[in-house]
Amino acid sequence: MNRFAELLDRLAYEPGRNNKLRLITAYFRDTPDPDRGYALAALTGALSFKHAKAGLVRDLIAARVDPVLFALSYDYVGDLSETAALMWPTSSLAEGAMDDHHDSSPPPTLTNVVTTLRTLGKAELPAQLARWLDELDETGRWALLKLVTGAMRIGISARLAKTAAAALGGKDVHDVELIWPGLAPPYLDLFAWLEGRGERPVNRIPAPFRPVMLAHAIDDADFARLDAADFIAEWKWDGIRVQAVSGCDEHGNIATRLYSRTGEDITHSFPDLLPSLRREGSSEGRLNDSRKPFGAFRQQTFAIDGELLVVRDGRVQSFNVLQQRLNRKAVTSRLMKEFPIHLRAYDLLEDGDNDLRELPFEDRRRRLVDFIAALDDPRIDLSPRVAFATWGELAAARADPAAAGAGADADAIEGIMLKRCDASYLPGRPKGLWWKWKRDPRIIDAVLMYAQRGHGRRSSYYSDYTFGVWTAGEEGEQLVPVGKAYFGFTDEELVRIDRFVRRNTTESFGPVRHVLHEPDRGLVLEIAFEGLQRSARHKSGVAMRFPRINRLRWDKPPREADRLETLERMLTSEAAKSTGAGA
Amino acid sequence: MRPHDILMLDAAGLFCKPGGFHIDPVRPVNRAIVTHGHSDHARPGHGAVLATPETLDIMRLRYGNDFAGSVQAISYGQEIKLGDVSIVLHPAGHVLGSAQIAVTHGGVRIVASGDYKDVCDPTCAPFEVVPCDVFITEATFGLPVFLHGDPASEVGKLLASVALFPERAHLVGAYSLGKTQRVIALLREAGYDAPIYLHGAMDKVTRYYQSRGIALGDLRPVRGMKKADLAGAVTLAPPSATTDLWTRRFPDPVRAFASGWMRVRARARQRGIELPLVISDHADWTGLTRIIAATGAGEIWVTHGQEDALVRWCMTKGLVARPLALVGYGDEDGEGDTVGFSGGESNS
Repeated sequence: MNRFAELLDRLAYEPGRNNKLRLITAYFRDTPDPDRGYALAALTGALSFKHAKAGLVRDLIAARVDPVLFALSYDYVGDLSETAALMWPTSSLAEGAMDDHHDSSPPPTLTNVVTTLRTLGKAELPAQLARWLDELDETGRWALLKLVTGAMRIGISARLAKTAAAALGGKDVHDVELIWPGLAPPYLDLFAWLEGRGERPVNRIPAPFRPVMLAHAIDDADFARLDAADFIAEWKWDGIRVQAVSGCDEHGNIATRLYSRTGEDITHSFPDLLPSLRREGSSEGRLNDSRKPFGAFRQQTFAIDGELLVVRDGRVQSFNVLQQRLNRKAVTSRLMKEFPIHLRAYDLLEDGDNDLRELPFEDRRRRLVDFIAALDDPRIDLSPRVAFATWGELAAARADPAAAGAGADADAIEGIMLKRCDASYLPGRPKGLWWKWKRDPRIIDAVLMYAQRGHGRRSSYYSDYTFGVWTAGEEGEQLVPVGKAYFGFTDEELVRIDRFVRRNTTESFGPVRHVLHEPDRGLVLEIAFEGLQRSARHKSGVAMRFPRINRLRWDKPPREADRLETLERMLTSEAAKSTGAGA
Repeated sequence: MRPHDILMLDAAGLFCKPGGFHIDPVRPVNRAIVTHGHSDHARPGHGAVLATPETLDIMRLRYGNDFAGSVQAISYGQEIKLGDVSIVLHPAGHVLGSAQIAVTHGGVRIVASGDYKDVCDPTCAPFEVVPCDVFITEATFGLPVFLHGDPASEVGKLLASVALFPERAHLVGAYSLGKTQRVIALLREAGYDAPIYLHGAMDKVTRYYQSRGIALGDLRPVRGMKKADLAGAVTLAPPSATTDLWTRRFPDPVRAFASGWMRVRARARQRGIELPLVISDHADWTGLTRIIAATGAGEIWVTHGQEDALVRWCMTKGLVARPLALVGYGDEDGEGDTVGFSGGESNS
């Protein structure tokens, strides 16, 4: 555990990607099986311990220290595991003389921890965790708590960890990604292959997730370098990016899965979409090879990259509507009826055992068109192209999607996607192949009202801001909170706002600071946001989507900030758009 | 005599009415007693300044000879009278010349400890516990998460990194007064005898330490060095310099920072530190609580830093405690530091 803790600790401070890779690869080289395999599992998020929740850590530490001191410390440190690790009471003898564990048992290895937790009952967990915390030093305690609560957040992506593993055998990360879905911790076969001691492991998962390709945000300056003829444009739909995958296992059983863009299996949330993804049985005669043995199985093998949307009466609904279907524990028939789910296809990654990812987008798109036509299901359709010959025409389409072919669906469009015709489907965010060009956000000027400390990297800084706009109240003009923003500013700006908050606090309520907000004294924040909806939860009656700080208006007196009426007008015009064009 | 009739707050800070003096005033006053030379405690422009000889020397280095109308040097343990008030300075263990100020009047003794630490530091006199009725404590690291550990093992981390990356320069951020000299002394104690390089801003005060008989070994200015020659070497610089353009003269520098704040990971990451070194000139939580108990004081006034937690702890121990709302001292904002031994520098 200590060697792994040391690695996590160093990674947490190391900013450079290459240095991170070197550190992880060196760890894999120096650490024996199975410890290194469990480390790889931890870094790729493949381990989860269902009983170990943040609440357990809280209980353990609460039983050992003054709860008020803990609350103050946690507020300052901003990280539960780290606070608990720092405050965990130890004999002063063990701290500072780490190699001197003569009166306690040796600290656990990573393998001890992982294998013990796998079989340990919920009731035994607290005592076991406490024993380990007693045995480990501060770094070890921190790493253990991060590991078991599954909240490592040390700036290591699963891909980076796989890249580091691949480097052990001089392999490309792509080779590891291909077989990854069939592997399981502690990855003995993977390491054996990487070290030249074994065969290349075979992927046996019938419907594996394929790492998704992502786009860069385009800047005005980028267009000068790009030729419109090289690109295909589509609408950027404001739903959930998904991968619909189907395949057969070795017994011929069909498996169909829906994955989120991060590879999370979300099939169970959308049972109403699954029948539309079945091609066997009803497909007689639709594809030539259905007559061949296993043809049905073969044709049932595919992977579609697309967007989940709610479509009612042929009209794509806004993200606000889709959101009401998400994150529900039970998917009731009423929910499915009220929020009919739909898949809009962007790309075809696999078709009948053929991996299409190496093909140019143009070719994949052509196959996708045929595929969707053959599928012939009302719940699945093709993401239409946006016709354009020049960047000027595309800018016009982006400014007014309704007039550029999207019609009534324009509300569910958040911009334009640009894809190079000749681009292969590459995992991650490769440069220059896919671009996203979002619609201009809405902007208002609001006044900073309350501030709270942030977490993680920003702990101890006041980085969570509640802002408000003016409205007529009982005692004249008053500010009413309309939202919270956590990002959009630089580190330097954060330091300035933080200083402003500290110097202009009028009252503190627990962690919340009331910041001076008078007509002539206070801080104006220019807030950008994507959409607006009515909300009963907010006093102001409106809620913003993706609010962020666009600019700090140190120059602007609060009295000149926007009024609630401005937001209400935006809301009315949005509502008019949806009802006017909809039901 | 009630304690708050002896020491009270006014716009300049802590004021002793019966003695007619301020302690570490933040604006110019007639008569000031100064606990130590950090710029947030020792400011120029007072009518008269009373302090240890070292603190007066450091103020002279920082502000020039005419930093006050008049000065009076008081040695540790020497009693002086101002009106009916008796004053004795005791070592605070914070930096060279740092003192706690024991103020006794009408049978009540209040100790204003300034900044202090209770761990071994070869560059200054060790902290002395002064029994008193009221103890005024700092709370810079007044949270139970701040345990500074053994500074020798932190210096060990630095030396291990130097051995691991001999092709890289090691740039250690440290406050010019106190921390720099302590880190050098710790490196020498660990057996490191190679030349140590210094940013220009630390030169004057470090030479002053040497002139007071503190052995710091071979120290050289970084100015004029060739880039390649700084590979594998240790250089100390004010914290702000370790992240600015100045660092371009170093080969692939490893950025370290010697500070008690480094105990909290997010603090190190916020500053872009790769090698956090938990070395502090302030008492940690254990130190603060141990010293508070050791003074035997029944009443504790808590100033600059994390007052809430320390006040809470005192109350759970049955002590009367209250936060003193002193402003202008290195608090959480006190990480702001400037290049140069010229004021504005903080002392964390």
